[in-house]
Amino acid sequence: MALDPSFVGRNGPPTGPYVVGREKIIEFASAIGADDPAYRDPAAAALLGYPDVIAPPTFPVVVGKPANDALIHDPALGVDYSRVVHGDQRIAYTRPVRAGDRLVCASTVEEIMSRGGHDFLTTRVEISTEAGEAVATVWSRLVVRGDG
Amino acid sequence: MEAQSSREAIRLVPGAELPAQTFRVTRADLVRYAGASGDFNPIHWSDRVATAVGLPGVIAHGMFTMALAGRAVTSWAGDPGAIVEYGVRFTKPVVVPDDDDGAEVVVSGVVRGVTDGVAQLELTVTSGGEKVLAQARARVRLR
Repeated sequence: MALDPSFVGRNGPPTGPYVVGREKIIEFASAIGADDPAYRDPAAAALLGYPDVIAPPTFPVVVGKPANDALIHDPALGVDYSRVVHGDQRIAYTRPVRAGDRLVCASTVEEIMSRGGHDFLTTRVEISTEAGEAVATVWSRLVVRGDG
Repeated sequence: MEAQSSREAIRLVPGAELPAQTFRVTRADLVRYAGASGDFNPIHWSDRVATAVGLPGVIAHGMFTMALAGRAVTSWAGDPGAIVEYGVRFTKPVVVPDDDDGAEVVVSGVVRGVTDGVAQLELTVTSGGEKVLAQARARVRLR
């Protein structure tokens, strides 16, 4: 296969802190049309028990993107980006990301496999606060299409 | 974009049908989402590049479609922070024409079960009558 299977278990460079800003959350919520006031008004978030505005559910992928990119763009891994299709995405949450969070990301190549002439690359990014509180884990699976 | 939906939370009990929500997606939305997410892949804004790699035209970011379905989930739950797990497989791209109408994404679902105060939702997400996501599942903590 094109991907270097010895990369399984390889860790990417730790990244962060990603400082989560209220305005970025509002920008992201607006971009996806999410108008729940908890995504933009700290008083509304407080009514739900959150210390500040919370981010919509797919926001952890934005936080983890630099760490994931650094991992998969390693030329030694051998990913041909002209052939890449996003296959799967999964997120598990301890709590919503919120404004004020200072987040660090630890990325790992979880699996490399081949099926039907295509290669599949699964990465995992663990997102936690600088203080060590787990916040979310993001798994991405890319398909590197084979010939034909 | 707009969503036509019931704004009332649904009782999340086993077997509950989750009423369909419809989201419109235009090229302008993809531009905004590229900026907000940091994903500037040109297949999401350039017909020239999209067609050169074999796509019918510009397609929505898979993560954008996942975000729309996530809106449906939090709307049904009546709680913007209730999702404890959420996963999808991207099966077909959402092609977004460069016009005022754009594309429609329809999200419906069913509650498969409730365990220890967490509801398991199975989603059906289509555009133009075709499934664009598969294995789309969310677990939602009930207050």
